[in-house]
Amino acid sequence: MIYFLTQTLNGLFSAALLFLIASGLTLVFGVMRIVNIAHGSFYMLGAYVASTVVSRSRSLLLGALAAVVAVAAAGFFVQSLLLRRFAGRPLAQMMLTMGLALVFRDMVFVIWGGDPFTLPYPPALRNSIEMAGVVFPSYRLFVVVAAVCVAVLLWFVNERTLIGAKLRAAVDDPEMAAATGINVALLSSCVFAAGAGLAAFGGVMGGPILGGYTGMDFDLLPLAFVVVIVGGMGSLRGALVGSVIVGLIDNFGKALVPELSYFTLFAPMVLVLAVKPTGLYGRS
Amino acid sequence: MAARRTAGALTRRTLVPAAVLLAAAPAFLSPYWIGLLTQMVIFAILAMSLDILLGYTGLPSLGHAGVFGVSAYGVAILSTSYHAGFWMCIAGGLLVGLLLSAAIGLLVSHVRDVYFLMITLALGMVLWGVSYRWIPVTGGDNGISGIPRLEAHAGLPFSGAVPFYYIAVLVFAVSAGLMALIVRSPFGLTLEGIRENEPRMKSLGFNTWLHCYLSYVIAGVFASVAGVVWAYYNGFVSPTYLDLTASSELFLMVTLGGPGTLVGPALGAAALVVLKNVISAYTQRWLLILGTVYVVTILAAPEGLWNLARRHKPASLP
Repeated sequence: MIYFLTQTLNGLFSAALLFLIASGLTLVFGVMRIVNIAHGSFYMLGAYVASTVVSRSRSLLLGALAAVVAVAAAGFFVQSLLLRRFAGRPLAQMMLTMGLALVFRDMVFVIWGGDPFTLPYPPALRNSIEMAGVVFPSYRLFVVVAAVCVAVLLWFVNERTLIGAKLRAAVDDPEMAAATGINVALLSSCVFAAGAGLAAFGGVMGGPILGGYTGMDFDLLPLAFVVVIVGGMGSLRGALVGSVIVGLIDNFGKALVPELSYFTLFAPMVLVLAVKPTGLYGRS
Repeated sequence: MAARRTAGALTRRTLVPAAVLLAAAPAFLSPYWIGLLTQMVIFAILAMSLDILLGYTGLPSLGHAGVFGVSAYGVAILSTSYHAGFWMCIAGGLLVGLLLSAAIGLLVSHVRDVYFLMITLALGMVLWGVSYRWIPVTGGDNGISGIPRLEAHAGLPFSGAVPFYYIAVLVFAVSAGLMALIVRSPFGLTLEGIRENEPRMKSLGFNTWLHCYLSYVIAGVFASVAGVVWAYYNGFVSPTYLDLTASSELFLMVTLGGPGTLVGPALGAAALVVLKNVISAYTQRWLLILGTVYVVTILAAPEGLWNLARRHKPASLP
């Protein structure tokens, strides 16, 4: 029972990280139809930028802020300088993001070297919480809470603000939205930047536990894609539900049948694709 | 129509010299280049098989290296763990590729465009994950080494790089011929029709789901052919042959060469094999250069080099 609870909490931690990555992926897909292979690179860049800033300034908060802002800016320029020219041509855009992902990986290797590292824990969250015999590291709990806050914030922006209304309009019908005076191009760049920033935030939040290492860019990316497919492409609620499903299944899979841990992801995907090909909350 | 005729003439004009060059190459090339040439023809089979999906049917698969890799693993596991004979390994490798694509095809044949891309990407990554984590069977990150040489395994009286090269060229010629027959058949034209306008093909009474499914399975079978030959060529398989980078390199071979043709992807495969091996010898920055090639390809020649050469412009990469 205790084992089960601990694994569930660990699964929720994975789900929290996955949500931070997959929410950006699904938003970018919803607005621009871009299958963004470089999304994992943003996650990776977040961890690396934060490591440099933290080691210089000794401030975790500053590191997180710098990582999110720098990576969001990078995302903004990638979208507005490169991807925008290929609007409406998803294969060309996918190839571009693939090329960028390779370039980013090699650049990170050149700049930071190949040594793995972890970010330091925030001092206040170094201990563990014990509840009814279940010991759980408080940092993991903090990450879950942070992801829930991000989810609430995203929901609020999307459903209750003018920007959100414009965003939903652009998702439904970009041409019509542009005709009513919405600057869809700028909005797209901003969504892309926000997605990149969220992925970077995920990289920072995972930093003390997962750290940074060569190949981390393609490590969580497949899981994030499975989340987006299961939840429904373009749906934030789908990303949330999908993250919890995939996070839990992946975690229990790794704990119970380590050899087949990736194969356990296959099951929910096949199930969802067979029953509802557009994903749980996706629209056809 | 005129464009199509000159395009066909260009293909025919280059076909005979290419065949002569491939046949005569061992006479004047060093062993290193014969090795590269062998890799080129193997990857040409693979790139052409992907083009049946991507270029002819319009289904962009990002998991194609998975099928290739699984059949290579099939040969590796059968020949090392089970000490199976030559024909058993060939049949096993092809069968596992066929069954895999028949199963995956069921899941993906009803989706199109970006959705197809994303789902095949995820399925390809699952295959990579299994090869990486199912350590008792696949050896994990270390892969499987010790696959016997093809010539010895098949009991042939000769051995060495040159005989293997000719075997690979033979397999390539047969596969390319079969694929050319398929894409020129009514079935192949139906695939192109689905790419151009699926609703119309449907209303004409074609079972488009079945055509897409068969296209996926056929592409998978030829990918397994390439996988089986590759396992024997390389003598070693590891998860890197299945990963996202491998699948997207394939994608680049097709896009760079010219989707919607069979010659283009073969040339694209040759170009990338040369680029990869020559550049890797001089610099550690292969990924940086490969990434730049992606970006430049999309910016400068999105319809592929072969289509540029034919001066006949089909729709560029959507």
